[in-house]
Amino acid sequence: MRLLIKGGRVIDPVHNVDDILDILIEGGKIIWISKVGDSSQFTVNSKGKKSVNSQPSTVDRVLDAKGLVVCPGFIDLHAHLREPGREDEETIATGTQAAARGGFTAVCAMPNTDPINDNQSVTEFILDKAKREGLVHVFPVGALSKGQKGEELAEIGDLYKAGCLAISDDGRPVMNAELMRHAMEYASMFNMQVISHCEDLNLSRDGVMHEGLVSTELGLRGVPAAAEEVMVARDLILAEMTGARLHLAHVSAAGSVRLIREAKARGVRITAEVTPHHLVLTEETVRGFNTNAKMNPPLRSAADREALWEGLHDGTIDAIATDHAPHALAEKDVEFDYAPFGIIGLETAVGIVLTVLVGKGALSLSEAIARFSTNPARILGLNNKGHLGVGADADLTILDLKREWRVDVSGFSSKSRNSPFDGWHLRGMPVLTLVEGKVVWEAQ
Amino acid sequence: MGLKQKDLLSMRELSAEEITLILDTAESMKEVSTRDIKKVPTLRGKTVINLFYEPSTRTRTSFEIAGKRLSADVVNIATEKSSVVKGETLRDTGKTLMAMNPDVVVIRHPAPGAPRILAETLSASIINAGDGAHEHPTQALLDLFTIRERKGRLEGLSGVIVGDILHSRVARSNIHGMRKMGMSVRLAGPATLLPRFIDQLGVEVFTDLEEAIKGVDVIMMLRIQLERQGRTFFPSLREYSRLFGLNLERLKRAREDILIMHPGPINRGVEIAPEVADGPYSLILDQVSNGVAVRMALLYLLMGGAS
Repeated sequence: MRLLIKGGRVIDPVHNVDDILDILIEGGKIIWISKVGDSSQFTVNSKGKKSVNSQPSTVDRVLDAKGLVVCPGFIDLHAHLREPGREDEETIATGTQAAARGGFTAVCAMPNTDPINDNQSVTEFILDKAKREGLVHVFPVGALSKGQKGEELAEIGDLYKAGCLAISDDGRPVMNAELMRHAMEYASMFNMQVISHCEDLNLSRDGVMHEGLVSTELGLRGVPAAAEEVMVARDLILAEMTGARLHLAHVSAAGSVRLIREAKARGVRITAEVTPHHLVLTEETVRGFNTNAKMNPPLRSAADREALWEGLHDGTIDAIATDHAPHALAEKDVEFDYAPFGIIGLETAVGIVLTVLVGKGALSLSEAIARFSTNPARILGLNNKGHLGVGADADLTILDLKREWRVDVSGFSSKSRNSPFDGWHLRGMPVLTLVEGKVVWEAQ
Repeated sequence: MGLKQKDLLSMRELSAEEITLILDTAESMKEVSTRDIKKVPTLRGKTVINLFYEPSTRTRTSFEIAGKRLSADVVNIATEKSSVVKGETLRDTGKTLMAMNPDVVVIRHPAPGAPRILAETLSASIINAGDGAHEHPTQALLDLFTIRERKGRLEGLSGVIVGDILHSRVARSNIHGMRKMGMSVRLAGPATLLPRFIDQLGVEVFTDLEEAIKGVDVIMMLRIQLERQGRTFFPSLREYSRLFGLNLERLKRAREDILIMHPGPINRGVEIAPEVADGPYSLILDQVSNGVAVRMALLYLLMGGAS
């Protein structure tokens, strides 16, 4: 099967391409890229015969991408797919459907499932399920410690062999600095990424939102920005000492951005991500006790948000990740203190970033694509993804920048509905998602 | 006339005009409590439910007496367990109550914002009788009433609220109420119990009690919650009392016509010395009496006033 994607505006940050090009795909790989007009020689093989010769003279299907933007597939570094354990909230099937619809060709699955992904059987289960039921690639992230308890290292070598590209205790921050040091040293043997959710649990104790004017007025217990910044500082120091690859999850505070910028300038091997919600919302969203504004780390102040924009623009922050966290409606429809942390994000992330950041000129389109695709691929060490070179995996995200749409959670592919963006009007939408050359989502 | 809004959830959402209306109405309600037969038929046939998820004697009793003096039927539901522990969501509890057609539900709850969930769910009026550290608007209203009763005005007066501001819904409601009514507000307490951004609400912040009480018209002492000890907010009750307790010696720095208030229950000898609590400048028991009048006024106004 040969597929020709014709006449789209192809943007590839790696090869510095932004041009109207045709892309030819076969066997799940990109086999040919050319200037428009060069491929007019192609004829559609209407007899259904496979073109077998290496000369790309015939194709089986042509996708007209005129007026659309063709990018390397977007990779979400941070999602909770909830399977195994909470299949009422999300499954690998529905989570990857949501990903495909949101323009993602791959998602990293965080380990806080039930059972926790701290051993190879769980990793194998996830990969097997993903292979059979998943629409997009699933990259499991293994637990850093057994049971995410922060006491003993998980069997990281086994996790690596089973297919984990990274380890993390994510929402159960590693408070023991020695354990974190050892995790970094140990993971280095496999060149695995250590992903850290930076939160000092003593400073954040009982907190349910950002400590600021809004928490003060609402009487909700606050989590100071320092709870994150203190741990960012600790983990940067440990990364510098061990030489490990450290990736900081969902950075939310201005002080964290500053620390990361300084560390990068010194040459520490660190990368960082930010979520769309931290980029566009602030603590003000909590007013009215809206539990869809409750997440961890919390929505911060307007000044923090501004620092995140700067950090994203100047490259201090490498990637945009969703922290997609599905929760059952009944669990969120309670008093703010009792609601679980987290919101879903796979189906809104790209639209939000295109509308708010690219739309306002805070980020160029190419920069946005790098942060959704190229950089996440680099962080995970995936050489065949994140770019559109000949021989690369044919994982593609196709965007319609002019498409206006209204977020309607009731029509989401995700099983959950906990989004603060319901009803938002957005401009720019993923309209076609290809994974290994197969169309897994196509907008009407 | 009545109040425009269906519910009373916070002082933040009340205007100065609405506060004045409530206080004026409370003045005429106060007279009822001095009669031999302390009952008027105003709210006959109306139902008030007191839904208390936290232990409370004074506020619950005050609402109950207020409702009964207006001839409403008052039902008390007390559960110390939160809805989550009980297994039923607050929204479901609200729907169940609504099926019994109450006119007003008074709710006290440990979680900030809980009354709003009921307000969204029920067509009955909801009165917030304290939600976590968020607000306790009827306390602020009765405090304002008590100050106005004694001073004849609120505009231009100054007050200082002393103690655990961080965890106090009384402080938050009074800050909004006093500021809206033209009072200047100071806060005093240990630095660990003063929220970091509270000055942005237009108050002056002190950590020295003697400085804080100089020149003000009203001192409002807050109860120091004994369980805060041991969470590293302050070293001991003994030291707290030495630094922030109000005693006769300290009171010499205050104006001669100073008024002392306390929302109760008081810890005698901790945040307030017995001689101060029982002294001539103490309004603590006036606050309790006025609480009934203010709550009668609110029940009356929320149920449509004279209409």
